[in-house]
Amino acid sequence: MPLTADEVKLLQQKAKDVRKSIVDITFTAGGGHIGGSLSQTDILVALYYKYMNIDPKNPKKEDRDRMILSKGHGGLGWAAVLGEKGYFDKALLKNFNKTGSPFGMHLDSLKVPGCDASTGSLGHGLAIAVGMAIGAKKQGKNFRTYCVMGDGECCEGSVWEAAIIGAFHKLDNLTAFVDRNNLMIDGRTEDITMLESLDEKFKAFGWEVLHVDGHDMQKLGGAIEQAQTIKNKPTMIICDTVKGKCVDFMEDESKWHYGGLDSDMRDKAFACIDTYYDKVGG
Amino acid sequence: MAEGMTWSVLDGDKLTQAEIYGKVLTQLGEKNDKIIAMTADLAKSTKIGAFGDKFPERFINMGIAENSLFGVAAGLAMVGYTPVVSTFAVFAALRSAEQVRTDICYQNLDVKIIATHAGISFGQAGSTHHCTEDIAVMRSFANMTVIVPADGIETGNAVVAAMDHAGPVYIRIGRGFEPPVNTTKDYGFQIGKAVTMKDGKDVTVITCGVCVGQAMRAAKVLESQGLSVRVINMHTVKPIDREVILKAVVETRRIITVEEHNVMGGLGSAVGEVIVEGGKACAFKKLGVPDAFAIVGYPEDLYNYYKFDADGIIEAVGALMKKEIEEDENWDDET
Repeated sequence: MPLTADEVKLLQQKAKDVRKSIVDITFTAGGGHIGGSLSQTDILVALYYKYMNIDPKNPKKEDRDRMILSKGHGGLGWAAVLGEKGYFDKALLKNFNKTGSPFGMHLDSLKVPGCDASTGSLGHGLAIAVGMAIGAKKQGKNFRTYCVMGDGECCEGSVWEAAIIGAFHKLDNLTAFVDRNNLMIDGRTEDITMLESLDEKFKAFGWEVLHVDGHDMQKLGGAIEQAQTIKNKPTMIICDTVKGKCVDFMEDESKWHYGGLDSDMRDKAFACIDTYYDKVGG
Repeated sequence: MAEGMTWSVLDGDKLTQAEIYGKVLTQLGEKNDKIIAMTADLAKSTKIGAFGDKFPERFINMGIAENSLFGVAAGLAMVGYTPVVSTFAVFAALRSAEQVRTDICYQNLDVKIIATHAGISFGQAGSTHHCTEDIAVMRSFANMTVIVPADGIETGNAVVAAMDHAGPVYIRIGRGFEPPVNTTKDYGFQIGKAVTMKDGKDVTVITCGVCVGQAMRAAKVLESQGLSVRVINMHTVKPIDREVILKAVVETRRIITVEEHNVMGGLGSAVGEVIVEGGKACAFKKLGVPDAFAIVGYPEDLYNYYKFDADGIIEAVGALMKKEIEEDENWDDET
């Protein structure tokens, strides 16, 4: 079912709020992984505000859908989503990165409600998600596991181990995403190593592969729904994204993998986000 | 006594440590449907395949993929299973160290690791398959419990105890048949509580794993020479039994540690830390593999080569007994 115009509008509005929250957290924290947090935003918003079976007031609900943010450095953006969604008081995010805070750059499952697994070391998340999905199948549980990966982390061999195992176990209850923003810390992925063709690689490993514009809610929603109909294999949704999306001076710049903002930059970033959503709606 | 060990103790004479854990785990699996056994193409070598034969629906062979072995175990633990993962120690502790640390220990997940072929028990296989670093690695991971059973019976006890213990546990065993040092399973095995195999007042040998048997043989010879030797089986290296160590310092004032591990970072280092923090001086010697990659050979030959078999322990005790501890016997002036 295509999203209705109202649904798209709502998701755009939430994405706008989350992006502003990301900018705000980065400003108050003194720095953060802002580029990758902005590139993954639409994927997480679509999942949390439309598709995931979750209850922010009951974060450990047994049959909730699970989220593994394998690209753990996107923790800042994930925290923004969880805060907007009401897993905790958003005001707590003012302590992001501060000494003793529950929120570090990489979220901690023992401290942050809604965080199903502590991640951050790259290449770990897909295996954890595979374990959850295998467990769900063996226990006859209906929850779905979602895993959001960075493209750079697909250099890790452990990703491909997990890909083999996920296909072998026919995990049609697992939907994974690659936030394909083409940038890693040291530059463009294809200048540093050779990831392409990611589609063909995952297909060869036995996955259903869908490829969408990762900033188009309608297309993201369509892919997420399509993945739910695929039988006997896991689905990888490769999302074309832009690092630093919506903030013009950050877009497609590897230097904005991690950065800090002064108040002028923060205000400019807010203005960029407003301008973007004035055009696309939301 | 927790459930799990229902066969005769006499079987301990005929089975390897791995065969025994395979049997124990299978028995535990009858009543505990949360156990899920996992390996990476070593079902037969590690004997965890025995569980898979009985409960194929609760057995996962990952293929040769150790990083994901522990990542998937973490995911299974997060949805309510108690994964028991078995592979060679060198893969569990070194290749997968980060997954064990970050995915399992950091989140304090209920994953039990049974690492086989540890130390130089697979001596013929060469340095790539030796693992004389695992105790050092594993005991440095917060939340991890590290157990080094002395024989098959203790391995069974350790597996049962690990299931009753919340959080990650690393059980380290060798490759083959280890002569039993226990004659009964009912000697009060408790995680974190050392077993005093024999009392003595002149010197204490603190040891674990296969070296417990060697220490007992050495003690017998030394006793015949007129020495009184205390032998402590420190089966749990972490959390270590501080009380038994500090008592030995005061009562025997000479301590030797013996382990099938690099002398850096393992049992000897753990005991040394306790002694130093205790603030009472004693003569102290660590026996084990020196800070080197071990040579190729049959384990028994290597234990002799590196002087931590019974002969080596006897020699080291002799040297330690010649050391002057201090001039007076007054401990009150010590800090």
